[in-house]
Amino acid sequence: MSEAEEIPLWEVFIRPRNGLAHRHCGSLHAADAEMALQAARDVYTRRGEGLSVWVIPSAQIVASDPQDRGALFDPADDKIYRHPSFYNIPDDVGHM
Amino acid sequence: MPAAGVAALIGLADDHLILGHRLSEWCGHAPMLEEDLAMPNIALDLIGQARALYSYAGDLEGAGRDEDALAFGRMERAYRNLLICELPNGDFAQTMLRQFYFASFMQLFWQEAERSSDATLAAIAAKAVKEAQYHRRHCAEWVIRLGDGTDESARRMAEAMALLAPYTGEFFIADPEACGAVEAGIWPDTQALQPAWQADVEQVFAAAKLVPPASVYAQKGGRSGLHTEAMGHLLAQLQFMQRSFPDMTW
Repeated sequence: MSEAEEIPLWEVFIRPRNGLAHRHCGSLHAADAEMALQAARDVYTRRGEGLSVWVIPSAQIVASDPQDRGALFDPADDKIYRHPSFYNIPDDVGHM
Repeated sequence: MPAAGVAALIGLADDHLILGHRLSEWCGHAPMLEEDLAMPNIALDLIGQARALYSYAGDLEGAGRDEDALAFGRMERAYRNLLICELPNGDFAQTMLRQFYFASFMQLFWQEAERSSDATLAAIAAKAVKEAQYHRRHCAEWVIRLGDGTDESARRMAEAMALLAPYTGEFFIADPEACGAVEAGIWPDTQALQPAWQADVEQVFAAAKLVPPASVYAQKGGRSGLHTEAMGHLLAQLQFMQRSFPDMTW
């Protein structure tokens, strides 16, 4: 049995600052949740990148099938009216 | 800190330098990538703590020895580290168990040292205690998983316990060089830390389904410069660059 079969894969999400969302930053192998959290700390926050870490078993992620890309995403291509680019935004609002 | 405390500081710094060096030998050889980052991370924390302690000892001594002179410029008998720090790494189980023993002890030590009446030692302790807390946590988790793992991992952990048990007693033998500083409230009384350490170790062993060895004779001598045969080989590697190219920079 290879190591990859024995040791599950985890996805790592880091929240860099208060007020920001957790962002996916990579993956790692670990035997269980506690070890995954520690490995995430050691692998991905060595340069002070994080205030909070999430780890999620990669097997728990449900992903779209690349073959469905056309059906899922192409219909949005010709609906430019959904982009908020036809409004005049007052200067006082600042960056949106 | 009175000048008499210099030797105690050097001993504590030696513990961290020598164990940090030992742990760094795993770099590039760990069983998995994640651990290949975790162990050098811990090693770097230990060497960072050693640097702070050496620098402070050098300043107090006032003889012009800086951290490099203390770390690289002494003969074997002048090193005062605990013997457990210089033992060869053995397998992963042995390395993790040693690191757990040491980190559990140092967490307690730094917690006490944070209350030292010596402001510099208290400041070093305040930073180091957080690092030791993480080292203890990481290594304890491995001890539990290996002890309560497969037949082979449990056997290896039991062998590591038998091998390392005689070297844990030295943590709690009072350093004669620190006696004055202990009485002055500067240096933690290491003997007093033993019950808390014992309780921590037993709790982790229980979770790991490991049976702690019956009390054994404590090997000692590190604090007097009497080392195991492994020490000379370690120093040959540790000191090579500074001995060959003194005061080199890059």
